[in-house]
Formats: sequence, C-alpha cells, structure tokens
Amino acid sequence: MARVLRGRAWKYGDNVDTDAIIPARYLNVSTPEALAEHCMEDIDAGFVEKVQAGDMIVGGANFGCGSSREHAPLALKGAGVSCVIASSFARIFFRNAIDIGLLILECPEAVEGTETGQVLEVDLEQGTVTNLDTGQTFQAEPYPPFLMGIIEAGGLIPYTRAKLEE
Amino acid sequence: MGQTIAEKILAAHTAGSVAPGKLVEVQVDMVLANDITAPISIREFAKLGVDKVFDTNKVALVPDHFAPNKDIKAAEQCKVLREFARRYGIANYWEVGRMGIEHVLLPEQGLVLPGDVVVGADSHTCTYGAVGAFATGMGSTDIAVAMATGSIWMKVPDTIRIVYRGQRQPWVGGKDLILYTIGLIGVEGARYQAIEFAGSAVAALPMSGRFTMSNMAIEAGGKAGLFVVDKATRGYLDGRASRSWTAYDADPDAAYARVIEIDVSEIEPQVAFPHLPSNARPVSEAGTIQIDQVVIGSCTNGRWDDLVEAASVLGGRRVHDDVRCVVIPGTQEIYLRAVREGLAEAFVEAGAVFSTPTCGPCLGGHMGVLAAGERCVSTTNRNFVGRMGHVESKVYLAGPAVAAASAIAGRIVGPEEVLN
Repeated sequence: MARVLRGRAWKYGDNVDTDAIIPARYLNVSTPEALAEHCMEDIDAGFVEKVQAGDMIVGGANFGCGSSREHAPLALKGAGVSCVIASSFARIFFRNAIDIGLLILECPEAVEGTETGQVLEVDLEQGTVTNLDTGQTFQAEPYPPFLMGIIEAGGLIPYTRAKLEE
Repeated sequence: MGQTIAEKILAAHTAGSVAPGKLVEVQVDMVLANDITAPISIREFAKLGVDKVFDTNKVALVPDHFAPNKDIKAAEQCKVLREFARRYGIANYWEVGRMGIEHVLLPEQGLVLPGDVVVGADSHTCTYGAVGAFATGMGSTDIAVAMATGSIWMKVPDTIRIVYRGQRQPWVGGKDLILYTIGLIGVEGARYQAIEFAGSAVAALPMSGRFTMSNMAIEAGGKAGLFVVDKATRGYLDGRASRSWTAYDADPDAAYARVIEIDVSEIEPQVAFPHLPSNARPVSEAGTIQIDQVVIGSCTNGRWDDLVEAASVLGGRRVHDDVRCVVIPGTQEIYLRAVREGLAEAFVEAGAVFSTPTCGPCLGGHMGVLAAGERCVSTTNRNFVGRMGHVESKVYLAGPAVAAASAIAGRIVGPEEVLN
C-alpha cells in the first residue's frame, strides 16, 4: 500500500447510507468493477463519470450506515476511490473497508476543512490529512495496532491466510 | 464491577477478559449469509486455502433476498450459494419452497438460542437479540473468515439500557416502540453500542414485537439489541431448541453508557417519514399523504402475529382502488398457517397480493418495486432514498396495523380510522 496518497475530494453530508453508495437494486452482481458502474448514483448522478482513480470521498457523521453490504466499499474501490475520510463511520462499513483494504480515516476536522474539488494528501505513516489547496494539515484518529496489522496485510483475507499458515 | 448482557455473552465466547472498547477474538455459534452477501463470502473463502467450513451445523445459507430468482444474475448468485452448500455439506441450507426470510427462519427453526454469538452477513442479524443472543451483522469477508475458522474479531461494545414502562395504547406494538426510540436517539444514537431493551412494557410484549425491536437496533447504529430471557422466550423456544442454552441477565451494578427511560403510555402508532427511520411521528400527525402501495412483511414484520394484526384490519374490507397491497409471510411455516387459518383468503378477498416468502420489495429487488413519485407504506426497516425502487419514490415505515389501514384508506391513517 502506498504510504502517501493524493486525490481530489468529493464531499457529502451526514448519514451517507449504503443504499446511496450502491443501491440495492444492483446487488445482483458482486465484482468491484460491475458495482462501480452505479456507485453513488442516487445521491450524485454522474459520480462514476466524474471520479478519477485516486480521488477521495469526504463524508460527515455515520458514513456507510444501513446494510451490511460489502458491495458498498467494493463499489467505491472499483470506482477508483483511494480513501474515505469521514467525521465518523457506521460500524459495519468500518469493518468492511478494513477487511477489503479500502483506506478509511476518521477525522472530523479534515471533513470540516475540505470542500469538493480540493486536493487532499493522506500520509498513512503519520495518519495525517493535508488539504493542499488551503495548506491545512489534520491529524486523524489512529488505528489500534491489531487493526493496523490487518491493514498492513492488505485486508482480512491475506491476514487470516497468513495466520492459518503459521 | 457488574457486566451487561452483551459483556457476559462475549466473555463466555472469548479467552481473555472483556471490557467495553477491547478488541477480542470471539468464538461463534452460528454464521449466516444470504444470496446477496454469500457470493462474496464464498469468493473470499476460496482465497483462504481451507477445504472445509469450521462446522457444517453452524453455517446457515438462505436464498431469500432476490429469491425466487428475480432475474438471470440473481439466479447465478443463488446457484453459487446452492453449489457451495452442497459441496461443503452445509446442514442449514433451504431451497426455495422451504426457505424463509433469514431472520424469521433461523429463530423459528431453533437455530439461534439464548447466550449464542451469531454473526451474519446481513445487518439485521441483530434480530436474534430478541431471544437473548448476541447477534450482529458484518460484511461478507468477515463471514468468510468466520465460516472457515469459527471465530472473528470484535470490539466489545458498551451498552445503552432503554427502560420502557407503562401500558401500551391499543394498536401500539414493537414497531411503534422501536420507531419512537429511533426518533428519540437518532440513526446514530447507538452507533457501535449494544442496546438492552428492558422494563415492564417490553416484558409485556410478545416475542414477535421483541424480534421487531431487536431487528431495528441497527437502524439506530446499534451492534446488538438484546432482551433478557423470560417466560415468553422460554415459551417460544419450547419445541424449537434442540440443544442446551444459557440465559444471561445484566448485573444490577452493570455500567451503562446511557440509561434512557420511556413511558410508552404516551406513544401512538408511529410512522417514519422519508428518508430516515428516525423521522418518526405519531400517525395522527401524518397529514394527508396519498399512497400507491403497501408492503406488509419482511424480517421486521413478517411474523405470524404481524399477519394476524394486518388481517384484523384488512379482513372483510377492500384495499383502496388506487393501492397495491403486497403481503409477504416470513417463512413457509407462517405461509402454510395463513392458508390453513383463513388469513390468506382474507388478504386475497381484500384485494391484496399474498406472496411466497422473500425480502424482495424491502430493498427494491422485486415483488413490488416503486416507480418515480410513488409513495409506499411499508412494515420494513429502511426508508432511505431509492430503497424500494426509483430514486424519486418515497417510503413510510409503520407497523402492520397502520400499513393495513392505510391500504384501505388510500392514505396514511391509523387503524381506528378505518375500523370505526
């Protein structure tokens, strides 16, 4: 995983639910590529055309609330989103993102200090988010060491596989 | 320091001590996935390099969301489920014709019991808190790991205790209590937390109403929604449970993140307006909302008592000319009983659809998808933008009595308005 990520921000409000990230009517498929075609379409029609690889989602409180569908972080990953920064995350979305290796950061200050279109730089080593348009740097909530282990391994499957092989 | 129900159950399933906020490795008693989530679990399971599930009796696979297969892609996903179940000898797989909506089916089959830890790749797995199980939803990859290893990491949640007192008004059930509660604490009011539903008013609630309340704990962001095991629980489990179980109650000196007291005597039947379950208000304050569709069913309100309540309003009356009313029993057992005891006839004579079990319309899948601008009163659990169909459709959440009454009136009303 790259240690420093850079991308444009797409900002949304509080309670972005999993039906907004990937509507249930498209859950008859499960690959990131197929899901990405409809990512965010009910709250931001045309998102898929606008988003570029490496871009970041900035959300408010309770990001990813609603269903347990892993299709939500998969759709974001498939659409090229490199990182989600939110004031807080719904717990199942949080797990799912860690499990599949989609980077997420909890940082209300960065959310406050970011507008759509601004360019953000995330330093994984430092756990910081820098808004390159304003020059402001924000410190994100650090991960517990156990979760960092899953992230470093690239997700729960490689992490578990390594553990099973021990 | 005393412990909450959630802490006690997790402590019994992990090697070390537990405390809120601690990350622990938890042994699981049942692992669940459905036709939407299992295909990803199965794909990830294959990457783990194992050749069996941890226990063929402790995995449940239910084709219920887009089943009976709604289209070719759904058929392919159900096929993945079926083939995995056969190949790995999964004991708890139900084919269409025997299956039900997972969270109605598993308790009915006695597969989730007090004191169990249950994880499911479905957010409404928390339903089983009604029988005193610590049950929580996760994603497909977590479930793949749990299927392979029989354990999963969890953060021990702290607990909110919600104490309900007083006498319920007529037509107020579990759905009204939980919608009122979510309206009070908000859609993230219990984020990362377990809820204990307590007090004399929920002790007086039948199991069906408790399932409804636990089911929607997730709609407040909750990780689990637990009830203490009592006489009603034991009555429900009698004849269903085929293994031993342990009932846990909270210690009197358990530490809670928050204690909320609710006087239920003030609560009217509730309706949650679009587009959040927390937009709850009394049905008397709904105003004039014309509707196009009513759905009665789902993992929230597809149980026998729910159908009886709906039939008590719909029976001998007619669904409004401008309304499609879709009634969906939660399982084949409920379906058959509805046929035998005349409920099916009452629904059909009223001009309603009476369907085989499926999650279908709740998530805009099939069996009642909404067009642009349409409004639906639904006994399901989510009213997010586009949840039941077109992005410009609207979902109003309510209990079976309000849903049935609204189907007759053609607009959102309480049952008393059509019965009087």
